[in-house]
Amino acid sequence: MDYKPVKTFNELAVKSLDDFIYGIAPYPVTAKNGMVIGGGAVYPEINMTLPPITVDESTMPEVRKQYAEMIEGILKRAKALHAPGIIVELELLPPTTIEPKWGIEINKILREKMYEYEEKYGLKSLLRCTPNDTREIMRPPLMRRGDLLESIFTTFEKCAEDGADILSIETTGGKEVHDEALVTCDIRKAIFALGVLGVRDMRFIWSKIVEIAEQTGSIAGGDTACGFANTALALAEQSMIPRVFAAVDRVATVPRTLAGFEVGAVGPDKDCGYEGPYMKAIAGVPISMEGKTAACAHLSSIGNVAACVCDMWSNESVQNIKLLSAPAPVVYTEQLIYDCRLMNEAAAEGRSYALKLRDWLADSDSRLDPQAYVLRPDIVLEISKELVKEKDAFIATKKAAALAVDVLKRGMAAGEVQVLPKEKKWLDIISSQIETIPDDWQEFWHEMQKELDLSKWRPEEYDLEVTAAKTASAG
Amino acid sequence: MSDFSNKWIINEYRKLRQAVVSGDRVLVLKTVRQLLESGVDPLRVVNQGLVSGMDAVGNMFRDNEMFMPDVLMSARAMNEGINLVRRIRRTPARRPLGKIVIGTVSGDIHDIGKNVVKIMLENGGFLVYDQGVNVEPRQFADAVKKHKAQILALSAQLTTAMLNMKTTIAAVEAAGMKDKVKVIIGGSATFQDFADEIGAHGYAPDASAAVHRCRELLESNSCGRQRGPNLKIVK
Repeated sequence: MDYKPVKTFNELAVKSLDDFIYGIAPYPVTAKNGMVIGGGAVYPEINMTLPPITVDESTMPEVRKQYAEMIEGILKRAKALHAPGIIVELELLPPTTIEPKWGIEINKILREKMYEYEEKYGLKSLLRCTPNDTREIMRPPLMRRGDLLESIFTTFEKCAEDGADILSIETTGGKEVHDEALVTCDIRKAIFALGVLGVRDMRFIWSKIVEIAEQTGSIAGGDTACGFANTALALAEQSMIPRVFAAVDRVATVPRTLAGFEVGAVGPDKDCGYEGPYMKAIAGVPISMEGKTAACAHLSSIGNVAACVCDMWSNESVQNIKLLSAPAPVVYTEQLIYDCRLMNEAAAEGRSYALKLRDWLADSDSRLDPQAYVLRPDIVLEISKELVKEKDAFIATKKAAALAVDVLKRGMAAGEVQVLPKEKKWLDIISSQIETIPDDWQEFWHEMQKELDLSKWRPEEYDLEVTAAKTASAG
Repeated sequence: MSDFSNKWIINEYRKLRQAVVSGDRVLVLKTVRQLLESGVDPLRVVNQGLVSGMDAVGNMFRDNEMFMPDVLMSARAMNEGINLVRRIRRTPARRPLGKIVIGTVSGDIHDIGKNVVKIMLENGGFLVYDQGVNVEPRQFADAVKKHKAQILALSAQLTTAMLNMKTTIAAVEAAGMKDKVKVIIGGSATFQDFADEIGAHGYAPDASAAVHRCRELLESNSCGRQRGPNLKIVK
């Protein structure tokens, strides 16, 4: 079955650089309780996880206790600091997705407490439910069938029925190929993984999630290229791969993540998708972002620039451990609230102040790292403007990578971005690899069949037919 | 051997090492061939040229002077050089430094960090048996037994999975392998104190450290082998 887009984006939703700002999205999203995301204010989005504990039937009482303690602390702190609203993300773990009843239970614990704070104290809040993409547990994974997939959909459905406001997931379709592409810095394989496999999987799974959202009255938020470009980011931070490769890979994820919005997702996009600004520029959806206040979860060189055009500001994730002042999720709630308060205060003074803050956020990072440079609002608009001209997601992926290389080369020449001497040759290597990719995806797929280990993934799960072997045997 | 010959050989070793560092397969093969045709001991070609070049690569990677794909190109060049030595001098394959069973523990499906460590261990001379992700303790114990591994390398990125490292160590002990295998752990959820707490023999914060730590563990292990290619020449 072909899962076709229901929307196409032929022009930019954000019309000018001055309209590309935090807190305001061309198409804001209104939740059941009246909270509007992208309607003028930036809201904190807190995400938390468990301390070291094995999740099974015997430990579930402790797991319930942990989540109850975390949500109470988070809401209490949000109330104390007069937060205008807060989004809580429940990022489920593999065991709490594989056993939907556990994820559903935790979802209820959080939602009931959130309702209570809204009723008692007027603290508005939204719950984002993010099941784990457990399909990849099986190797090679079954992407479109099986119990693991059914558990994901059951979790979505039941959690939404129980009050989860926003549905999201970090899907992994194409990761089987992309992981290898990263280790070898092979942009051909990365483009195949993202532009062919990733896009196909996104269309499949998000068509279903959008259906569930429509049936349950929840919001189909959006996906993230976390398993792809964030893996690249992590490898680059450990000096395992060039930062320029991670930057190019980030831009190449744009058509893949956009595929979710093409089949009906509306935002807010997921926090760890650093490609979010491109989603906002192209699809006009509100986005959640994470940066400096996600230092609890990982190192990055994009801590400030990530905030430039965010509509929600997140900490990625932090485990429930006690710090001097309070448990870590409570501490991070406080930090997020203060970050948002500053951004909203600047915006309240007038657009020019918000733009000034945005530019400070951009300039303080973008000169120091190519990954930050490709997230600069003007660069995002420049590349996005070219991408919307492409109708085919695969060609757009190839084009995105090529545009990122061009922009980085230009930025280096102009002294706008620092690139380590040992990295410079990589832009030429990436360029020459991109030039070998044909514009016809079927021709590319035929070529890739000879380069890829087809025992590690299942082409049929992406509606792809293996033809190279047939051709060889026929010959 | 004349001084001239000595200087020439030393220069060729240097060239070979540099070719491995650059990942220049063509130059590696050309230099190996020249050295062998000149009657140089194949073992020395391997040790002083190819393996020595790869050691330099390992150090450069550790010091952030090289990227992973560069390391892979170097490893490929070195392996082609070794294969050429074997073909020309009919020598057996390079004996591994040791056998390692690796995997991501049960409850966790993170893959790439473990894969990077696996690549570095293989390029460091180890024979690695990858068990994949979400691996049950019993499967690890069975794999250690089956492959007679000297080291078990466990990875975890999730706080909710890291305790399964302890369970895995218990399973290995229950299978009677306590004194036969050393356990090393890694992954973003883990740290040295945790390794000590669960009874692991080692902790590695990154892939380079993992190779170094595994070599140390083998050297401290009575059933471990000495470092080096152990290339045996068939006369």
